[in-house]
Amino acid sequence: MATYATNEFRPGLKVLLEGSPCSILENEFVKPGKGQAFSRVKFRNLNTGRVWERTFRSGETIEGADVLETDMEYLYNDGEFWHFMKTDGSYEQFEAAATAVGDARQWLKEQDVCSVTLWNDSPISVVPPNFVELEVAETDPGMRGDTAQGGNKPATLSTGAVIKVPLFIEIGEVLRIDTRTGEYVSRVRD
Amino acid sequence: MTEANDWAPSCAIETLHARAAALAATRAFFAERGVLEVNTPVLASHTVLDPAIESIAIGGRYLQTSPEYHMKRLLAAGAPSIYQLGPVFRQGEQGRWHNPEFLMLEWYRLDFDAERLMLEVEELVDCLLGPRPYLRIPYRQLLADRFGIDIDTASAGDLADICAQLGYKASPATPAEEALDLMLAAALNDHGKGRVFVTEYPASQAALARLSVSEGRPHAERFELVIDGVEIANGYHELADPDELAQRMAADAEKRRASGLPVPKRDERILAAQHHGLPNCAGVALGFDRLLALKLGTNGISPVLAFDWNRA
Repeated sequence: MATYATNEFRPGLKVLLEGSPCSILENEFVKPGKGQAFSRVKFRNLNTGRVWERTFRSGETIEGADVLETDMEYLYNDGEFWHFMKTDGSYEQFEAAATAVGDARQWLKEQDVCSVTLWNDSPISVVPPNFVELEVAETDPGMRGDTAQGGNKPATLSTGAVIKVPLFIEIGEVLRIDTRTGEYVSRVRD
Repeated sequence: MTEANDWAPSCAIETLHARAAALAATRAFFAERGVLEVNTPVLASHTVLDPAIESIAIGGRYLQTSPEYHMKRLLAAGAPSIYQLGPVFRQGEQGRWHNPEFLMLEWYRLDFDAERLMLEVEELVDCLLGPRPYLRIPYRQLLADRFGIDIDTASAGDLADICAQLGYKASPATPAEEALDLMLAAALNDHGKGRVFVTEYPASQAALARLSVSEGRPHAERFELVIDGVEIANGYHELADPDELAQRMAADAEKRRASGLPVPKRDERILAAQHHGLPNCAGVALGFDRLLALKLGTNGISPVLAFDWNRA
């Protein structure tokens, strides 16, 4: 893998930092007038999602990370791994462990296309589509006549996710959810 | 940058007006005080030996990183107090607050010391940015307040620990100056808003300032003005002794050699000028683009340059 010097650090560059694949968020050139030049760099650790801040001597190099984000279709869960398939026509399949799938698991529906990050050809994170359509598996009975405003109740979706929904929602209805906020958007009519 | 719109200026057209007005105000400021405007060479046969400043060599000559040596030669030859507004060049210094070519305002005042020059810097900055209060914090105190250490007694291990807290991989073998540079940058960055003069630099960071002793400890009569965390100006009560200047140049050359950096030939003319006699004076260099950026509230200097490095 290539190495990169501090002057090549750009937002989005994928590098290996202390053994973890990271994406560079920000690189600030810092130099006291007469003093040593530094790069103050913010990284996102792609394994944990945490932001790291490190300072380097100007000109220092770090190793690049073989990280690739690709679209993949979610296939199924075998009880241990989540299986995905590339959408580029190669039908190449990958299995992702629970640590890689993380909170995305509650939004995964078969055949939805997700963004999967591969490091050395293994999935390390999964981002579900921004909007998913999921069926309500369980919720308190709907209250008619209260369709417009006020109040909500918990509902369990087919994937196991629990979200807040308006009082009029019934079991079996399909809902549109914003996965970035985990919020109900609307009912989906057939 | 190879974007289709990179023909266009980095700054807005109204910024050109603001720049011109600030330049006019600066020239009026010095005219009022009887300080003479001069122009010295931008491309010259010699350059500085500072270990952390890289010159751009071109055609066997160097683009000047500061007009300091030429201006001091004018002073040694009998010039009165002088100032200069002109471009200077520093290889590889590019970032939000850096551009490899930038506009330097540099001036020298006969019979001023550091304190008197700081007062004049205040007047100029007040004139361009509007009046505000100024703090003066000795270098040692700034680092003691921020990191709880006395830099005179701290061990290499103490400094390495602080570097680690700052997300910097240092070891006890890291040069103390490198650790101090990092700590100073962090302390200034954390200091936040306001106008601060950092004063009384450690002797190891004297650059071309003369040394003096207070409370039994030597310090350099050097100051830096920092506004809202951005370094604006660096000034000295100028070192006049040519022998000490020669020693510092030799020490800088040695550091460059040890780090595998190119070692330009030392400038014999500045030494000869100081042998002839540099009058008692204080001088300061001020990054004009940064000052303008602070005036206009842009978060960096690109938006105040007609064409930044990527468009030049």
